[in-house]
Amino acid sequence: MAQWQKEWDGFEAGRWSNSVNVRDFIQQNYMLYEGDEEFLSPSTEATKKLWDQVMELSKQEQEAGGVLDMDTKIVSTITSHGPGYLNKDLEQIVGFQTDKPFKRSLQPFGGIRMAQSACHENGYEVDPEVVKIFTTYRKTHNQGVFDAYTPEMRLARKSAIITGLPDAYGRGRIIGDYRRVALYGTDWLIEDKKQQLETSLVRMTSKNIRLREELAEQIKALGELKQLGEIYGFDISKPAKNAKEAIQWLYFGYLAAVKEQNGAAMSLGRTSTFLDIYIERDLKNGFITEQQAQEYIDHFIMKLRLIKFARTPEYNALFSGDPTWVTESIGGVGIDGRALVTKTSFRYLHTLDNLGPAPEPNLTVLWSTKLPRKFKEYCAKMSIKSSSIQYENDDLMRATHGDDYAIACCVSSMRVGKEMQFFGARANLAKCLLYAINGGIDEKLKVQVGPRYRPVTGEYLEYDDVMQKFDDMMEWLAGLYVNTLNIIHYMHDKYSYEKLQMALHDRDVKRYFATGIAGLSVVADSLSAIKYAKVKTIRDEDGIVVDYEVEGDFPKYGNNDDRVDAIAVNLVRTFMDKIRKHHTYRDSFPTMSILTITSNVVYGKKTGNTPDGRKMGEPLAPGANPMHRRDTHGAAASLASVAKLPFRHAQDGISNTFSIVPGALGKDDEIFMGELDLDRLTDQ
Amino acid sequence: MEEMIGKIHSTESFGTVDGPGIRFVVFMQGCPMRCQYCHNPDTWEINGGISKSVQDILEEYAKYKEFLKGGGLTVTGGEPLLQIDFVISLFEEAKRRNIHTCLDTSGILFPVGVWSKKENISASEIELFKKYQKLVTVTDLVMLDIKHIDEQGHRQLTGFSNKAILAFAKFLDDADVKMWIRHVVVPKITDQKELLYRLGLFLGDLKNLRGLDILPYHTMGEVKYQKMGIDYPLKGVPALEKKEALAAREEVIAGIKKKRLDQKNCKN
Repeated sequence: MAQWQKEWDGFEAGRWSNSVNVRDFIQQNYMLYEGDEEFLSPSTEATKKLWDQVMELSKQEQEAGGVLDMDTKIVSTITSHGPGYLNKDLEQIVGFQTDKPFKRSLQPFGGIRMAQSACHENGYEVDPEVVKIFTTYRKTHNQGVFDAYTPEMRLARKSAIITGLPDAYGRGRIIGDYRRVALYGTDWLIEDKKQQLETSLVRMTSKNIRLREELAEQIKALGELKQLGEIYGFDISKPAKNAKEAIQWLYFGYLAAVKEQNGAAMSLGRTSTFLDIYIERDLKNGFITEQQAQEYIDHFIMKLRLIKFARTPEYNALFSGDPTWVTESIGGVGIDGRALVTKTSFRYLHTLDNLGPAPEPNLTVLWSTKLPRKFKEYCAKMSIKSSSIQYENDDLMRATHGDDYAIACCVSSMRVGKEMQFFGARANLAKCLLYAINGGIDEKLKVQVGPRYRPVTGEYLEYDDVMQKFDDMMEWLAGLYVNTLNIIHYMHDKYSYEKLQMALHDRDVKRYFATGIAGLSVVADSLSAIKYAKVKTIRDEDGIVVDYEVEGDFPKYGNNDDRVDAIAVNLVRTFMDKIRKHHTYRDSFPTMSILTITSNVVYGKKTGNTPDGRKMGEPLAPGANPMHRRDTHGAAASLASVAKLPFRHAQDGISNTFSIVPGALGKDDEIFMGELDLDRLTDQ
Repeated sequence: MEEMIGKIHSTESFGTVDGPGIRFVVFMQGCPMRCQYCHNPDTWEINGGISKSVQDILEEYAKYKEFLKGGGLTVTGGEPLLQIDFVISLFEEAKRRNIHTCLDTSGILFPVGVWSKKENISASEIELFKKYQKLVTVTDLVMLDIKHIDEQGHRQLTGFSNKAILAFAKFLDDADVKMWIRHVVVPKITDQKELLYRLGLFLGDLKNLRGLDILPYHTMGEVKYQKMGIDYPLKGVPALEKKEALAAREEVIAGIKKKRLDQKNCKN
């Protein structure tokens, strides 16, 4: 180790060439691009042909009811399947999760019942032998969790005051540093891990024993990753020597991860500027053309679009479809002030033209006011054209994570290879407010779920009274929630450890304990209604408050009105502080997200009438969004309200789903001209 | 100085089609015109609206200044120059704060008599003209709506002569105020080659012309008429197709080009 590899010739040496340090490699070698998109190439014939084939298969999948094929016999591991291709002669980048495209793999380690149900609901049955193994001989994550859950936890889960918990499938949200595979090759990484194991503490506390076992698992996983390369005819034990290999090696790293884990979000990281260094070297040496470079990227992105998991209909209902959250973070600015924008940042976004718009991979631009003007313009143009780009505030996150972080799922930020997170779904604060009013009785199940605190007894809700009760109920919820997650992550580590993804991390990682809340705007508006209008309670025959009548108007979150926005800000801080009071598994650092992109619809179904006038079953607003149609002062007012929420108390991310018709966002570029150059016009 | 109060219909914090960049848009209440295709009939009534001071507006603006960096303030309506004193005062204050100011007006209230040096001009008209002279010193951009280039056609469409409007355009040009011209193309009414070309010829003379928005007529305003219980004058007129709007724009530009080339040849 620590020896210059011949595959690196042409690169600038640095700390990265002595030890694993991808960020340093990027900083030493990347070439900032400040130009426009003129250089980009259209899709090649091969790309078109492959994509037509994909479209045909997608059609067949649709016609078959959403699933084309499922593996029912072979348990998915990194090396479980032989090679799979669309068209071997045309594909520049290869590899599927099973032995053919569109065939979903069998992943029972999270829970055998979930795997069975996913098959059954789609018209398949898991092989009885596999079922026997995973019920009689091999315990799963799901079994472990339910062995340890308390009755209270089960009830809270059933009533959905805590919801979306990863207790039966992979928790996901861990980003392996897949770039390491390309830069160092598996041999170097294995050596590095062996050295980490050798130098690990030998005082055998349970903590150190676990670390030693995990490092051993990681070494095995890297060995299997090398075998995965061999299955497709590549030797990835050595560093990639050109752009095509770099993309292929990196993709093998990612492919191994999705063969092993079916996490709710299996994100890619921040790869475009890394790969650009290889592409630039090949272009400079005349090894490839721009057309080839784009073809590699197109084929790589095509593969990422074809990542699929076996899911149950309930799962798909929760997420409004079949998402994988293969999030790729693009752009951003380095801590030295140079933007991390390269030609390959453009090439990635250009796939939305070459392959057409698609939700996956979730192309996420790390937006900074300091990004190059031309790149900003290109992003805007592609957003208008495709509605497929997500934006996140780099200026905000860089302060916390530096300049080599990436987004997992939608908004969870972490340093690639150095930080990971324990994904913890969310607590439904809207329901918590209703529990506060009803003394812990669930308004839909009509059973005692929360503690039997004193309920509200008056006909009209009083702000101070409700706030006090709500505070107590949040205290209870935060404790229950954190402890439920502690069980989940303990069991996930034990029965479904992400050995390959963690092998692509440093030994000593920072772990985030990611919690989340749903229903922020409903609660803010409800409290505002109680404070500024009059809210009358309507009770059922048992005295449980089941509905509310709002008399008068009240300030609503989303209009840049501090009277209610302050309530929302206060809620975020209060609940986060309550989370912070509790012990978190593996000394992880507690964070919170205000995020739901689609699951707010299902959460709404499970939440009764609320004091803001929202009716039972109506969706909650997504993420930190204002409630639908209550933001009446224009988009900037709505955005300004959201922008007040404190990132330091919601460090796992704040999402805002923003819809605007392209014509209103920018003038129609053909009819409206805006600035008109008349001199040029008359010279023509 | 006494605080200036305006009658405001509403404000919009994220205007994207009312001038360059993202803009804070103030819709002033009241309009003397009754254009047949008006899509904001709720701003007609002169005695409606909410009273707000210049200070109120600028305080609200300040809450969004981060969003408005590349944009600015646009005043539209209704017809904002019904409240010209308020607009002058607002723009003076805005310029003091380095805010880009844009006025979206029909120009219908312009004292054309003073400008064309007619005889027997009343003192109040002269007074008003002075206000216009003051207004243009604090206005960065005017979006001027020319509704019909033909005098008779204009009367039919809006109930008013277009003389004041065309004079206003010349007045702005002499005062070196940048202009964006807007023109709504309505099938059968203004979607005529000859009219569009004539409009182009007129615009070709304006050296401060900086933008041209050819707006295809749409029927989205009709709902508001129904809600307000008034008859929609253009009932049954279909929306203009995009490709017709493009052709209309070409026609206007052909007129502009012709005029410019003629001028060039004259100079040579």
